[in-house]
Amino acid sequence: MASGNVLHVLYNDDDILMKAVKALRSKHYRIIEVYTPFPVHGLDKAMGLPYTRIAICSFIYGLIGLSVATLMMNFIMIEDWPRNIGGKPSFSYLQNMPAFVPIMFELTVFFAAHLMVITFYMRSKIWPFKKAENPDVRTTDDHFLIEVDAANHDLDELSKFLYDTGATEISLIHNEEHA
Amino acid sequence: MSSHYEAPIREPLILGEKSYHDISVDVGAPILGKANKSWWICFSIALIAFLWGLGCIVYTVSTGIGVWGLNKTIGWAWDITNFVWWVGIGHAGTLISAVLLLFRQKWRMAINRSAEAMTIFAVVQAGLFPIIHMGRPWLAYWVVPIPNQFGSLWVNFNSPLLWDVFAISTYLSVSLVFWWTGLLPDFAMIRDRTKSPFQQKIYGILSFGWSGRAKDWQRFEEVSLVLAGLATPLVLSVHTIVSFDFATSVVPGWHSTIFPPYFVAGAIFSGFAMVQTLLLVMRKVVNLENYITIVHIEFMNKVILLTGGIVTVAYLTEYFIGWYSGVPYENYTYLSFGAATGPYWWAFWALIICNLIVPLTLWVKKWRRNILWTFIVALVINIGMWFERFDIIVICLSKDRLASTWTMFSPTFVDIGVFVGTIGFFFVLFLLYARTFPVIAQAEVKSILKSSGERYKRIRESGEDLAGTATDERTSNYATRPESLAAASNAKSTYHQSTVNADALVDTETKKAEIDLMLAKIGTYDPATQSADDLQKISGVGPVLEQKLHQLGIYTYDQVSKMTKTEYDLLDEIIDAFPGRAERDDWAGQAQNLKQ
Repeated sequence: MASGNVLHVLYNDDDILMKAVKALRSKHYRIIEVYTPFPVHGLDKAMGLPYTRIAICSFIYGLIGLSVATLMMNFIMIEDWPRNIGGKPSFSYLQNMPAFVPIMFELTVFFAAHLMVITFYMRSKIWPFKKAENPDVRTTDDHFLIEVDAANHDLDELSKFLYDTGATEISLIHNEEHA
Repeated sequence: MSSHYEAPIREPLILGEKSYHDISVDVGAPILGKANKSWWICFSIALIAFLWGLGCIVYTVSTGIGVWGLNKTIGWAWDITNFVWWVGIGHAGTLISAVLLLFRQKWRMAINRSAEAMTIFAVVQAGLFPIIHMGRPWLAYWVVPIPNQFGSLWVNFNSPLLWDVFAISTYLSVSLVFWWTGLLPDFAMIRDRTKSPFQQKIYGILSFGWSGRAKDWQRFEEVSLVLAGLATPLVLSVHTIVSFDFATSVVPGWHSTIFPPYFVAGAIFSGFAMVQTLLLVMRKVVNLENYITIVHIEFMNKVILLTGGIVTVAYLTEYFIGWYSGVPYENYTYLSFGAATGPYWWAFWALIICNLIVPLTLWVKKWRRNILWTFIVALVINIGMWFERFDIIVICLSKDRLASTWTMFSPTFVDIGVFVGTIGFFFVLFLLYARTFPVIAQAEVKSILKSSGERYKRIRESGEDLAGTATDERTSNYATRPESLAAASNAKSTYHQSTVNADALVDTETKKAEIDLMLAKIGTYDPATQSADDLQKISGVGPVLEQKLHQLGIYTYDQVSKMTKTEYDLLDEIIDAFPGRAERDDWAGQAQNLKQ
């Protein structure tokens, strides 16, 4: 069989999709990608995807935000322009900190949220003017598409196996990229 | 499947015989269809109100704040009242999408999109008031700590008003990002559903090229969860900080330690009332009664009941502590005997009736499940919460520590005009949103369809398996999949269709497999039950081509009519007689006509 072939296998039910993914994995077929219209719970585990580390990123970004707030207000309120406001002199950052807590909190959230979302967009390669890459328009409606690596597999056997897992449509794609 | 289990006692959140495709259709309908007359009427009224407000804003800025009804005693009145009122309304959206996500409340999914939209539009209105009140709005950037021409002149980070700047801008931007990220898969659905190239382009840009890969969804869910975790303390902090504007002062009635929690509860109270007001109308206008059901309305009424209860306790506490302190100034605060019987008695009683008494009717189950009564109560609360802020600001200021300066406030037409203008602006934005955005988070709703949909609950209770129930014949060619395919292939090691006799045309196994795949899609011809059609009637097909089509197992109009670009390309590749001919002549369309 010619290498570089990819099968686009469509399913129209999430439960059947889950079973198919598990069946494919147990037969050691390689799943290149799965496109779904909504988050199918447990699909990432069934596919063997590693955990996402985006929450850890967010935590680090939050710490950066907290540091930025601290450095900024220490410079502005304590070092550059100390003032006596309402009988409360500018002593040290630590002693005057209670008044700075709201801004420290807000900037922590600001950094953690925005930088995390930007990281998500960059990692998943989504941004304005990006072309959509779902192979079938129905994958945003009610269809689920598995890209199966068909290289070095008997196409007939594979497509028969896929139909048996409940696939509704199968199409063959010659894809140089995966050759 | 057990993963879709939900206790039968829970009422369904999605009514009717809905499939996944139905959700796409129902959510896409208002965007892909045309606006009706009532939409245009509402939009025109909102636009006129907005333009009137814009005129008043221009008048204020060009003439000065003196055109408002402010006086020496009452230096804050309608503008700050409206600011706090709008910020408060802007609390429900994030509360619904963030706090209810952390609590895993599935009912949030039908309403979070619109509630968040409402939040963003309300915060935009709120932000206008401080900027207008600056008098010189083009210098608004002075609130940002940037180096400037005055040397070491910085903003004052001890001031609650500056905290407001940071809190509200963080809140607005994080809410916007949270909202937009959730919108990406839904914009993608519209992009893929619409037939208009213009809409495809616009929604393609708006959807950021969302493709729905498994890894994207994994990150998407994690990002939503973390954003919810960040937005929950954020939403609580915003109204806490707004309340500091008052609580850190020394004005009797403002100088109150319970303001932060009480303001937050009040904000959620008014925000949910506004969500009810908007959604009760919207579900009717865009036919989403099956998604925003009476159950959703009842749940929201319960939240209103809880937060209304907190607000009631806060009012009673304020009243009692003011009286108990024995300080004479406290008898003129907004919750005191003096206020109840003084010149602002009507504002005092408007607050008590609208916020304390009327919402109590929601304790009756029959009434909180009554749509009309819910709508009335929601409107009453909106009015009551406006009066709460008016009372706090104007009543407390009107009788200050010097009896000779006691006075009252009367708004000018400009005060009223600016307020009406923001209501107009709010509805302009919301109406535009309702026509162009997917107003329900359809991807999320689809993920709960099998656990909370009425149809699936019924199937599950009858003991059947849910696997395969999502099939919708409008989108899948399931019926055309030949059952004999699998059976035939069981018997033989290779399963190429018996009607195919293409050895002369194709040489490789790959090609044969492709033909099989094509036939699996367009259907196979069974000589036993079907008769061959005259394919030469299709313009562009001659005797030679017909023979070749027969060799590929294509005999009927029905088969040809199901062909698409993929099949044409395959034919071109195999037959290579007239490249692009089939597509140009639209064989499928011709066959469709011949079939009838």
